[in-house]
Amino acid sequence: MNRCAVIGIGQTRHAAKRDDVSLAGLVREAALRALADAGLGFSDIDAVVIGKAPDTFEGVMMPELYLADALGAVGKPMMRVHTAGSVGGSTAIVAAHLVQAGVHKRVLTVAFEKQSESEAMWALSPKFPFQPPLLAGAGGYFAPLVRSYIRRSGAPPEVGIKVSVKDRKNALKNPYAHLLLPDISDEVVEKSPMLWDPIRYLETCPSSDGAAAMVLAAEDSLGGVTNPAWVLASEVRSEPTMFAGRDQVNPRAGRDCAKALYAGAGITEPRRQIDVAEVYVPFSWFEPMWMENLGFAPENEGWRLTLDGATSMTGDLPINPSGGVLSTNPIGASGMIRFAEAAMQVRGTAGAHQVDGAKIAMGHAYGGASQFFAMWLVGRDKP
Amino acid sequence: MGEREIAIVSFAEVIVERSDRDDCELLLPVLKRALGDVGLTQQDIGFTVSGSSDFLGGRPFAFVMATDVLGAWPPIRESHVEMDGAFALYEAWVRLQHGDLDTALVFAFGRPSQGPLHDVMSLQLDPYYMAPLRPDALSLGALAARAALDAGLTSEDELARIAGERRGVPTSTSEPYLREPLRAHATPTLRDGAAAIVLAAGDGARALSKRPAWIRGLDHRIEPHSLGARSLTRSVSTEQAARGAGALGFGADVAELHARFAHEEPLLSRALELPASTRVNPSGGALAQDPVMVTGLCRLGHAARAVHEGAARAIAHATSGPCLQQNLVCTLEAR
Repeated sequence: MNRCAVIGIGQTRHAAKRDDVSLAGLVREAALRALADAGLGFSDIDAVVIGKAPDTFEGVMMPELYLADALGAVGKPMMRVHTAGSVGGSTAIVAAHLVQAGVHKRVLTVAFEKQSESEAMWALSPKFPFQPPLLAGAGGYFAPLVRSYIRRSGAPPEVGIKVSVKDRKNALKNPYAHLLLPDISDEVVEKSPMLWDPIRYLETCPSSDGAAAMVLAAEDSLGGVTNPAWVLASEVRSEPTMFAGRDQVNPRAGRDCAKALYAGAGITEPRRQIDVAEVYVPFSWFEPMWMENLGFAPENEGWRLTLDGATSMTGDLPINPSGGVLSTNPIGASGMIRFAEAAMQVRGTAGAHQVDGAKIAMGHAYGGASQFFAMWLVGRDKP
Repeated sequence: MGEREIAIVSFAEVIVERSDRDDCELLLPVLKRALGDVGLTQQDIGFTVSGSSDFLGGRPFAFVMATDVLGAWPPIRESHVEMDGAFALYEAWVRLQHGDLDTALVFAFGRPSQGPLHDVMSLQLDPYYMAPLRPDALSLGALAARAALDAGLTSEDELARIAGERRGVPTSTSEPYLREPLRAHATPTLRDGAAAIVLAAGDGARALSKRPAWIRGLDHRIEPHSLGARSLTRSVSTEQAARGAGALGFGADVAELHARFAHEEPLLSRALELPASTRVNPSGGALAQDPVMVTGLCRLGHAARAVHEGAARAIAHATSGPCLQQNLVCTLEAR
């Protein structure tokens, strides 16, 4: 398997409504920034891999066909990935595979969502026969899992609020973050309306328009880039939506995925060896839940990492220095932003939200009914 | 281009006029047969990947329930493309090049009977300039057919002959036009369907199949989206993919072409430089049966089946987008 590195990263300005750009304009904004970061042009790219969540969000069927021109894909192979909420992560992994398999030298990968074109919450809520209802959007589905987590772990009620305040404060240091709430505090979050008990308005992600892009390259095609983020390992896992006894709070697909990921990168003590992680947390309580699922904390004790400050910027395992999905959520791109932010950390290009000396970083994404997982580990040093 | 030997060792499809089953019920027997024919279960599969489109059912996340059908427990390495299943096979082929996994399951499903497919396909067009005009897929096919006729690449007589051969029924130019210059016989026969293919690497493939269909080359390319920005009488992306896949001068006994309209067959045959000795679409192709999102994967399956059953070399082609915008070419051979 050939080595693969991230040599260019770009993202758009994320906002509730980017009505200043078309779909093509949106993806191009991210792609051009990633290319500029890598010191390359479209002609240097061998293939394009694009991802987004359901096409119904914009009402365009297989929009990559129309986006081929805007992304400089004409005359090249172009792939379109869709794996629910994990898609931004899995798209980056499909792109990395092309380099690792030796099929291509330089691949442009892009993920986007222009949620203002529709209403994602209701697009996610139709009732189908024999399927678990999503009720009112993703929050309606995930709130019972959070309640289950609280019951199982005995976590104190303020954990969700702490996560929210931390991520929203981190977002203030990220020039690309969508939601900027300078006056955020425990009290402000606590007083925000309860949407899906126990998830309050300020404990949920926004709906964003945005895109992210990366240029992935083989070892002999780094060009002038001297600070690549090396892909140390990547993994995906999926499990069925429904069956009796399925643990949706701490899903096995996530645990297996993390375990295989660590094995692939030679990580034996993830909490100690991984310096920073960008984890897909669309609702505050998913931070402690994923801490356990990813093996950073023993079962039922993930919330202690949050309360102890371990996951803050000054803790020993900063989680979501970018502000995370809670601050920026163009659904299809949210996973790729996690992967890209992890790469920025080990490249030392994260600016005000840089974790000092980050050598190994994790990007994480999940989707569906907590059943699709995509993860990667990137490193400053060549493996 | 990949260096690891990878072969198609199994193929199964179910195609029906209009399924009264949901996607899962349609898929289950197909997956069972593709795996069962080579004595495998889901647990033996290293990588699983599928292709489908949410717009056929007009709902988000159509593919999610497929993980239930797979019996993805313990959890599996799995991916999905919002493309024809042929492109899912490409992803699997790339994944197997890594060398750590030896088998892959590729599947696709589509039930165009759920809606007015030809109209739905207009939502695939540029949403700002093209889609609001709502040209349906048949009209765009007719536009390209007119260009092919005007360029002297084919004739209405030839279109009727191709359609008759593929559909196995008598056809005539005295039939009325559906969209001039296309008659109904020269347009796809929409079907509901599902298909699955098992890929295996090296000696694993030899152990699973007496005569594996080895992938000699596999490539795909895309063209500009706008019909005004590309030639409708020459499939440039097929030519590029054909070069990448080593299809030119390959001397295939059989070519399975994803031609949804009769005029696309001569166009694609020309791009692939097929000699007269190559049998084109013995399966009938999309003119006979077009389970949308599955049709391309079926071309790979039927080409592989030809090799399994004695052909020395076969070519498979799959397409996506309006008027052959994106094309995939695969060369298969016995060894």
